[in-house]
Amino acid sequence: MSSFFEPLLVTVLLLNMFVLGASRLRAVISASAAQGVCLGVLAVTAHGELSPAVIGIALAAVATKAVVIPRLLYKAMRDVAIVRDVEPLIGLIPSLVIGAVGTVLAVVFSGTLPLPGAHDGSLVLPSSLATVLTGCIVLTTRRKAITQVVGYLILENGIFILGLSLLDAMPFLVEVGVLLDLVVGIFVMGIIINHVSREFASTDAAELSELKE
Amino acid sequence: MTAAGALEGLGQALAIVVVPPLLLGVIARTKAVLAGRVGPPLLQPYHDLIKLLGKGTVVSRTTTWVFLAGPAVSLVAAVMAAAVVPIGGGRALWSFDGDFIALAYVLGLARYFTMAAALDTGSSFEGMGASREATFACIAEPAFIMGLLALARATGSLSLSGFLGPSIADVWSVASASLVLVAAGLLLVLLAENSRIPVDDPSTHLELTMVHEVMILDHGGPLLGVVLYGASVKLFVFAALLVRIAIPVARPVWLGWLAFLLGLIAVAAVIGVIESAMARLRLQYVPALLLSACLFCALALVLLAR
Repeated sequence: MSSFFEPLLVTVLLLNMFVLGASRLRAVISASAAQGVCLGVLAVTAHGELSPAVIGIALAAVATKAVVIPRLLYKAMRDVAIVRDVEPLIGLIPSLVIGAVGTVLAVVFSGTLPLPGAHDGSLVLPSSLATVLTGCIVLTTRRKAITQVVGYLILENGIFILGLSLLDAMPFLVEVGVLLDLVVGIFVMGIIINHVSREFASTDAAELSELKE
Repeated sequence: MTAAGALEGLGQALAIVVVPPLLLGVIARTKAVLAGRVGPPLLQPYHDLIKLLGKGTVVSRTTTWVFLAGPAVSLVAAVMAAAVVPIGGGRALWSFDGDFIALAYVLGLARYFTMAAALDTGSSFEGMGASREATFACIAEPAFIMGLLALARATGSLSLSGFLGPSIADVWSVASASLVLVAAGLLLVLLAENSRIPVDDPSTHLELTMVHEVMILDHGGPLLGVVLYGASVKLFVFAALLVRIAIPVARPVWLGWLAFLLGLIAVAAVIGVIESAMARLRLQYVPALLLSACLFCALALVLLAR
């Protein structure tokens, strides 16, 4: 484990806070892309030796999380002409505070959830839990369908961090499967957003609750 | 005190007096280059200061001694603050247990007198600026104190020389996560305290949204020069804190100084990049930014207390 490891995890945490505090949609998407880059570098630094599997996962993570998916989202923003504001259901400051409290709780409670191997006592588990929680907050408190996609993406980033510590145990195929899963999810969401906007002229998630003939 | 120590002290005093306006020059130059202009020379702030100090003063008849005390106290406070901050890798010029709390309060005193001088003019416009300054300071100060507390906890020391002196390099190997968080928090505090762009716009004098510039609107000539110089020393203090955290090189002495001075210029360049890349935040979003600085520093404390 190199000395970059913990600062990188902290960068992921800082990006979580940025996502919760940002008011612009583009900024939120860019932050999730930056998180993807961090995860790629993390995957390399988490393991001392550079095996093909590690490099493969790192490259795949950066390619999907930092290049392909953000581009799809930007394209969706352009095509559907989504307004650039985030439109949170609760204010930005409350979501920041909830995120921070969640992060602190993740740090406190991760002590009781020991990880296998060398990562015991490091920031891996807290940052993973905090990132999943951030994803949940974005998923539940943002009105737009596209921010829900970003929330899903961040949640998935959290799971990826957890997967990093299990990389030796977890087969390569599982990781790739997760990434594929993600792209498929984004595609489906993109299609849904497009479809919804064509049919109903609104991608406000609050209005998706009513079924119509 | 040895001869080498005396020499280093002299160097530090010289750096406190000479370097600060250069940072303003670097920021202006970075912004100009990024905007595709040639920009003012790097030494322009020194020329501005000399020009301002040579002018006459016009003081409104409604003001009292407080108006004159504002610039004076804030300059003296900024220089005092610079004296307790470790400069160039060594210990600070003046260090004692608890000097980090003195640092926060001395900066608070400077802010108080700047606001009092603004209110003293009786202008509602300046009162509004003072009110905003006080509001933002309410959130920026806890972030600053918590960041310093995290450093205290990480190093087990009670003075800034202990936090950021030669020993900071060892802290990086045990508590790097907290240091990254504190550095991020302090960068946001630096932007807020020195009225840089996401919080305040230092280049406008006519917008209703500005904070620091409106408070010094009635100061002219030598008074404005003193305000400008005091502000640059304050920027120097925050930049020095940030550089010592981010670049923990202390030995050999020449390398420490080189890293420190290059680091200061890098911080000024980063500020210039931030100012070029983003617009001032809407007033309602500024508390969210400052609150996140608080949260970063609080999280750093939690990680250390774990």
